[in-house]
Amino acid sequence: MSRWRDLDWIVLGLALLISCIGILEIHGATVGTKFAGIYVKQIYFLVAGVVLLFIVSRIDYQLLLDAAPWLYLLSVGALGLVLVVGRAIFHSRRWIPLGPLHLQVSELVKLVIIVVVARYFAGTRNALPGFRDAIRIGLLVGVPMLLVLAEPDLGTALTYLPVAAMGLWLGGLRWRHFAILGLLGLMVLPLAWRHMHPYQKARLESFLRPQADPLGTGYQLLQSKIAVGSGGLWGTGAAHGSQTRGAFLPVPQTDFIFAAYAEQYGFLGGIALLFLYLLLLMRLIQDAQSAPDRGGGLLIMGIVAVLAFHVLVNVGMAVGVMPVTGIPLPLMSSGGSSLLFTFAALGVAMNVRMSRFVNS
Amino acid sequence: MAIRYHSDDVLPGGRIRVVQFLLAAAFLVLVLALWQLQILHQRHWKQLARDNRVRTEPIPAPRGRILDRRGRVLVGNYASFSALLVRQEEPHWRADLPAIAAGLHLDLAQLQQQLRRQESIPTYQPILLKDNITPADVAFIDSHRDQFPELETMTISRRLYPSDGYAAQVLGYVGEATPADMAHYHVAAGTLVGKSGLEAYYNKWLMGKDGLRRVMVNSRGQVMGHLPGIPPTPGHDLRTTLDATLQNAAEEAMGDRPGAIVALNPQNGQVLAMVSTPAYNANDFTFGITEKEWRALLTNPHHPLLNKAIQAELAPGSMFKIIVAVAGLEEGIAQHQVVDCKGGATFYGHYYKCWVPTGHGVTNLTKALTQSCDVFFYTLGNKLGIQTIAHYAKALGLGRPTGIDLPQEAGGLIPTPAWKQRRFHQPWWKGQTIIVSIGQGPIETTPLQIAHTIGGIAIGGTFMRPHLAFNGEVPAADHPPNRTPKKFTFPLSAQVVSAVDAGLRGVVLPGGTAATAEIPGLDWGGKTGTAQTVSDTTFAHLGRNLRRRFMDNAWFIALYPLQNPTLAICVLYQHGSESYYAANIASQVVAAYAQERRQRQNTIAARLRRALGATPRHWALVAPPPPPARRSAPSQP
Repeated sequence: MSRWRDLDWIVLGLALLISCIGILEIHGATVGTKFAGIYVKQIYFLVAGVVLLFIVSRIDYQLLLDAAPWLYLLSVGALGLVLVVGRAIFHSRRWIPLGPLHLQVSELVKLVIIVVVARYFAGTRNALPGFRDAIRIGLLVGVPMLLVLAEPDLGTALTYLPVAAMGLWLGGLRWRHFAILGLLGLMVLPLAWRHMHPYQKARLESFLRPQADPLGTGYQLLQSKIAVGSGGLWGTGAAHGSQTRGAFLPVPQTDFIFAAYAEQYGFLGGIALLFLYLLLLMRLIQDAQSAPDRGGGLLIMGIVAVLAFHVLVNVGMAVGVMPVTGIPLPLMSSGGSSLLFTFAALGVAMNVRMSRFVNS
Repeated sequence: MAIRYHSDDVLPGGRIRVVQFLLAAAFLVLVLALWQLQILHQRHWKQLARDNRVRTEPIPAPRGRILDRRGRVLVGNYASFSALLVRQEEPHWRADLPAIAAGLHLDLAQLQQQLRRQESIPTYQPILLKDNITPADVAFIDSHRDQFPELETMTISRRLYPSDGYAAQVLGYVGEATPADMAHYHVAAGTLVGKSGLEAYYNKWLMGKDGLRRVMVNSRGQVMGHLPGIPPTPGHDLRTTLDATLQNAAEEAMGDRPGAIVALNPQNGQVLAMVSTPAYNANDFTFGITEKEWRALLTNPHHPLLNKAIQAELAPGSMFKIIVAVAGLEEGIAQHQVVDCKGGATFYGHYYKCWVPTGHGVTNLTKALTQSCDVFFYTLGNKLGIQTIAHYAKALGLGRPTGIDLPQEAGGLIPTPAWKQRRFHQPWWKGQTIIVSIGQGPIETTPLQIAHTIGGIAIGGTFMRPHLAFNGEVPAADHPPNRTPKKFTFPLSAQVVSAVDAGLRGVVLPGGTAATAEIPGLDWGGKTGTAQTVSDTTFAHLGRNLRRRFMDNAWFIALYPLQNPTLAICVLYQHGSESYYAANIASQVVAAYAQERRQRQNTIAARLRRALGATPRHWALVAPPPPPARRSAPSQP
């Protein structure tokens, strides 16, 4: 199997490095709490993720692109099923009970959205995409988005948007059209505000005015900033962060894992981790550029869009430049669905890369 | 930018570069945000993190005790228990309330109402259920620890005052600091500070410095660990000049009569006893007094909150004759004055009665003092004139605060023509001089001033500032500023002093105005005073009930031993009507003082006997030292 040599070892190495940092941080953030030991589960998920990556990297991405319509229909059906039978956890129906694992369908649908968008813009065309294409993509992405929103899971639903935007951008939508779409999006915001849940509104309000209610909805944001800020240049050291250990920081093993990490490892640790993420994303973009065809390139760029969105929004939330949305930090946050999605997506990217020298 | 479309076209490179650029820019924003939080403002966030996790609680410093001159505890501290409800220990604490209320003897409805009011307090914060619980309550909590884990006890050090109002106004009481106190003493809200009496005057010395307990807490307020704190610095004990035995004798002699007693040693200014009646129980204040009780104290016609020994400004009556006598002697008039008292005399067209309607007959100074002949002093005062009387009264310490180490001492009033002009815009009326000569009219003194001034006269004109804390006991930094000098002198010749003594000796002997107060075998003396509270004419128009309220004040100033006294006692018995009542009270205190002194001497003698193994040959060894030779005042004629 000479193709193993073509596996992107840099991407895999970076992903494993970040995941190991994540496992250490999950351990450090939960030791002595009721979540202690959760890192062991994360190790199992990491092993499963690596296995999944290898399996997915063996699947020809052309098959995925071909199956896009079917995958799409299946996804919409599954999301509908989740709404009906999904177990209610934290007042949201996101999981489908699957034996001992609870599958978060919306995570897998992310992958399908990437495939669908790539497929849409992969074909040969006679003209540049226009508003009509934008509307079609909007509908294609919009239906699963609404289903996820109904769960309700605003954070995950939002991650579908950058995929669509990336597709339109690389598909060649004009700058002008892009700008108009952006404006339209802004105009829709007040409408969206009306349909938001009270807790979502409160989160947004507390982002805009965090001091207004420091013990209420602004609490998480404030505590996160305190955690990050008190880390200083060098950090408080492993397992020493008072914000994390004193449980001031909410869910330090999942959504606020970056804050916990930044408290313990400081500014230097923080920029080092951000650099690893940027390296990973830039390497993936490089892979996309060397993809054998547009479909493959668009697949990888869709993955880049999702991962970048996750990292930017999550870290942005931890340092207070983004509102609290509750989306995980890829590879770091505790949770199987997110980790498995990330490795599966990286597996797809690997397959694209491995296909670059194959003449088809 | 033009985009070419071929089936195997790669991605548009320009747009990829835009994506790369945007990505890098977004990461740069994150790095800048991190820089701002962790480098630029790290001090701010670190402080917030510390505030989050470190809770500081004050450890109250134990207040110093107040002791008498021989170290007997007058005001101490005791541990008091409070019952607390820690709701976080038992989620179903509401179900336990009826049983808890029954066990702690609390009203269930009231308790539930209180807890409803305090609903917003975080559950980890204990709620005070009951203050100063009884040993039975403590036992109830201890024996139900398993059943009611939410019940907790807390120990608080509280002030313990003598019950039944013993020296209440002198010792004072403590209370929670007002905003003004907090600024003055640099203490936190809730700190106990002295509010009156010695507690207030020596607050800095008694108070000590609160310590700090620093505990690490988590987000639910649970204690995670302890940090080094600051131990409290206990307050200092205050040893006072009070003599608990003499104080006790004075309290008992006074009984429940309204008035005041001051007993001091004129040789050094030490106050040995100070009583003001009626008093209050200062312990009531430590648990917060009810509105009703406080109102009752404020509206009590006998003013229990006042320390009358230093705050009652009243006409001294005939005790003032001593000052007029000294003025007359110093001016060279009184020695030679003899009047024939016929029960009254006419001055400036008015007839002024003597208190003995039949008259004292031929009277010299000694007899005038012994029998308190008004006509003698009318005549003397008239010769001296109001300016001279006022000059001597002020020079001898009247008309201004003595400077005792107690808050809010009153200054009294010595009237002069200038004062009357200022106050009433009227010229002095010469007849008033006649009235002032016997201590009536617009003249006001406090019991402390009388003891201070007349005690000072009796030792030859040296006036020591009265004080309750031994000189040098409390460093100056812990004193409130006191501008009164430690002593002042107005040298009186031995002749003057013995002329006064001769009159005072007879007062407590048969034939004197306080013959009932005689203590056989004791060389002491004094002077009675009966001061009208309203004029004769007004009194005659009063009904029976009102007459009781406006009866004359009975005064007595006692000196022991008469020659070079170590004890001056002023007794004020408000509305006691007859001055010898006050004299009887004074004589009990003098007797107690003399007895204590004798006992102490006997003890010393016994110790000496034991030490020497034999009876000392000369009792002089243990007898009181002879009085120091009264210094003569060569400047006096």
